Amino acid sequence: METRKNEPVRIGFYVCHCGVNIAHMVDVEAVAKYVATLPNVVVSRNYKYMCSDPGQEMIQTDIREQRLNRVVVAACSPLLHEHTFRGATEAGGLNPFYFQMVNIREHDSWVHTDRLEATRKAMALARAAIQRVPHHKPLEVKKVPINPDVLIVGAGIAGIHAAITMANAGKKVCLVEKEPSIGGHMAMFDKTFPTLDCAMCVLSPKMATVGSHPNITLWTYSEVVKVDGYVGNFKVTVRRKPRYIIEDLCTGCQECVANCVYKEPKFPDAFNLGLGKRKPVYMPFAQAIPSIAIIDPEVCLNFKRGKNPDGSYTVSDKCKKLCVVACGDRKAIDFTQKAVDKEITVGTIIMATGFKTFDPHRTPYYGYGVYPNVYTALELERVINASGPTEGHLVMRNGKEPKRVAIVHCVGSRDENTNRWCSRVCCLYSLKLAHLILEHTDAEVYNFYIDMRTPGKSMEEFYNRVAEEGMHLVRGRVADVYPDPNDTASGRLIVQAEDTLTNRILKIPVDMVVLSVGLEPRPEAEDLRRLFNLSCSSEGWFLERHPKLAPVSTFTDGIFLAGCCQGPKDIPDSVAQAGAAAAEAFSLIDKGYVEQEPNTAFVLAEECSGCKSCIPLCPYTAISFNEETKKAVINEALCKGCGTCVAACPSGSIVQNLFEDQEIFSEIDGVLAPLPQ
Amino acid sequence: MSDSTNKTPDGKWTPRIVAFFCNWCTYTAADLAGVSRMKYASNIRVIRLMCSGRVDPQFVVDAFAKGADGVLIGGCHPNDCHYVEGNYKCLRRYQMLKRMIADMGIEPDRLRLEWISAAEGEKVRRVVNEMVETVKQLGPLNIPCKFEEWDKEMEALAGHVAHSQSAAGAACPDHAKPQTAQTAHV
Ligand code: FES
Repeated sequence: METRKNEPVRIGFYVCHCGVNIAHMVDVEAVAKYVATLPNVVVSRNYKYMCSDPGQEMIQTDIREQRLNRVVVAACSPLLHEHTFRGATEAGGLNPFYFQMVNIREHDSWVHTDRLEATRKAMALARAAIQRVPHHKPLEVKKVPINPDVLIVGAGIAGIHAAITMANAGKKVCLVEKEPSIGGHMAMFDKTFPTLDCAMCVLSPKMATVGSHPNITLWTYSEVVKVDGYVGNFKVTVRRKPRYIIEDLCTGCQECVANCVYKEPKFPDAFNLGLGKRKPVYMPFAQAIPSIAIIDPEVCLNFKRGKNPDGSYTVSDKCKKLCVVACGDRKAIDFTQKAVDKEITVGTIIMATGFKTFDPHRTPYYGYGVYPNVYTALELERVINASGPTEGHLVMRNGKEPKRVAIVHCVGSRDENTNRWCSRVCCLYSLKLAHLILEHTDAEVYNFYIDMRTPGKSMEEFYNRVAEEGMHLVRGRVADVYPDPNDTASGRLIVQAEDTLTNRILKIPVDMVVLSVGLEPRPEAEDLRRLFNLSCSSEGWFLERHPKLAPVSTFTDGIFLAGCCQGPKDIPDSVAQAGAAAAEAFSLIDKGYVEQEPNTAFVLAEECSGCKSCIPLCPYTAISFNEETKKAVINEALCKGCGTCVAACPSGSIVQNLFEDQEIFSEIDGVLAPLPQ
Repeated sequence: MSDSTNKTPDGKWTPRIVAFFCNWCTYTAADLAGVSRMKYASNIRVIRLMCSGRVDPQFVVDAFAKGADGVLIGGCHPNDCHYVEGNYKCLRRYQMLKRMIADMGIEPDRLRLEWISAAEGEKVRRVVNEMVETVKQLGPLNIPCKFEEWDKEMEALAGHVAHSQSAAGAACPDHAKPQTAQTAHV
């Protein structure tokens, strides 16, 4: 049933209680009663849950029986349920765009405290919609085909899992990683809680799959530098930084490393957080994928010292280049390699850019960077790891095994001065580290915690189990770490804390302090946000579309989130979220097309005076000038529906669908119309 | 003089503020304020647009003309507009509007533009509350009423003119017709 021209407008109005969410602050009956008195309103009802099946059926029945041709629902935010009610309107036989939604929950009942005022506001907002809908036109949703390829940014456990999931289903995946190897933080961990299985043992098969999967194009040491386009059709430019090794020719034999003119590794090794050393040519780590060496031009003797202004390095040719000799016929080393920009087209994007750990220099009272025996938890992971700098022997920087170790929880978390959030994993990884220290040494271990937080499947059981292994658990935030005045030679430290269970100040001498640093958004998150047109929470995590109902979607259609870039989480949750992000991407791809909101603009040719003022305003160059007719024309396929040209047209001859001038003027009129006293 | 200002049922004036929020940032931020159950003044009536670039200066003028005591525009932060640069276009119009409404005798503080990102629910709360406070300080604007006054003045003036013209014996009926402000602003 379509409304014919001149057919009288018949509006059905429905106000939702949303359980008590709306009804407790808005007198829904009064709103329905008031709206019933407004022109064109044929039905005005209130109902407990409009979005439920009976609620939606009520709309459909009314459309048929009461011959409604407009529908207005006052409920939650249109960003949540507009789609639902447009569907109900359509199911009732009307064009879905004859529907209008009124937000009286997020914008009213939830934010106001005076029931009378909130009710009057609801009436005003409802009236605006009632005055708006007569101007609505039937519109059609545009369908644009979707490119089935997907880009995944970041190859930690989340990115890896999403990539394999999509690739196994036959989708072509481009996986971009900033570092020379995939693996992310998980590759650096020794064991994982609560199962205590070795991180690399579970991760490396997945890494190998990524490296060899026919559907995955893996670009490591690469960064996204440009993103254009929209869901279904993103054009992405990826910069592949030079590693001075030709990937296709390198076999990963590491002869170059063995034969480098530096006989001994001399430079701090990033993967081991500077605790180990590497040569100018090196393998990121033993299980690195791709298994390809990389040259560091900052220290390689064959390069001039220092970067050029464009970020490149100049070859000095000063070195004997024994690496090149060792590489021989493979000819994989290329000192003249330059960064190359590659352009790809994808339909969907999954962001899995991860986190960074809190920098404990920001909590100077813990002495990190001042006392050599203060470590971060991540550093301890490397020290304990069999493939780490000490081959798994728990020794400190002075080569000695610690006799007493303090683990300080919540460093840079739950703290007004640093980060206010709980990083969710620190209590559990602290318990894990305590367990590992006990396993590796005879040391006494003290865990200083604020609250022991161990939610999640098998986590509390894990806590109970390791807590019985003989570690000290002290409830209290550590206030200070300082050198033991009685023993200055050995580097012993005093950890001072208030035990809040016994109300005593403790000063415990220890050899080693481990700081359980929290998780933070990456420093480049802000740039990525801009690049991909995402939003960030006030803490800097990427913002999901809805915390409960759309936790992996973003406000930019076609871009999904996985892992810690969205907020702190452990490995199981990162993997689960990666699977969810992949599923969301699938559901878009397999549909084959994306539906576009028909809110594009068009020019009323009869009224256009040909002044051209709209043309330079359009950021998408969707407006051109027809020299023959001397009128502006909007290319509907390019128009994204912002309405900027509409607002600028001096003769009012551009119309934006769904946001026509008349529709907005009647809303303004509606919200300001006098209300019954 | 009739009074078109907004009254609570007990007869006290309370301001009405019309807000134009862009869909992608500020509207979403207002949703977030709701989800976070932040509390703020109920005087605000939000109209959703896709982008702050859609805010036609006429919308603002129309809102004042129809009785708004204040108008708030909310858009994405510079560089963050979902449509690249609609918010810059909005800023330009806003600056023009500020001058224009001042010429019309409307205090420029009754119009405010704020960049509020999707994460800044708290900023919505603060800005709305501040705006309501500012407008309360300024008192009712009551433009519709002024229209009536001006209409009356115009009529009186027209009466004068007609009178002096008929006295002079030369009638020009076109000029004598009072032009109402109402028709002028629509
Ligand atoms: S979309 Fe928010 S200002 Fe343009």
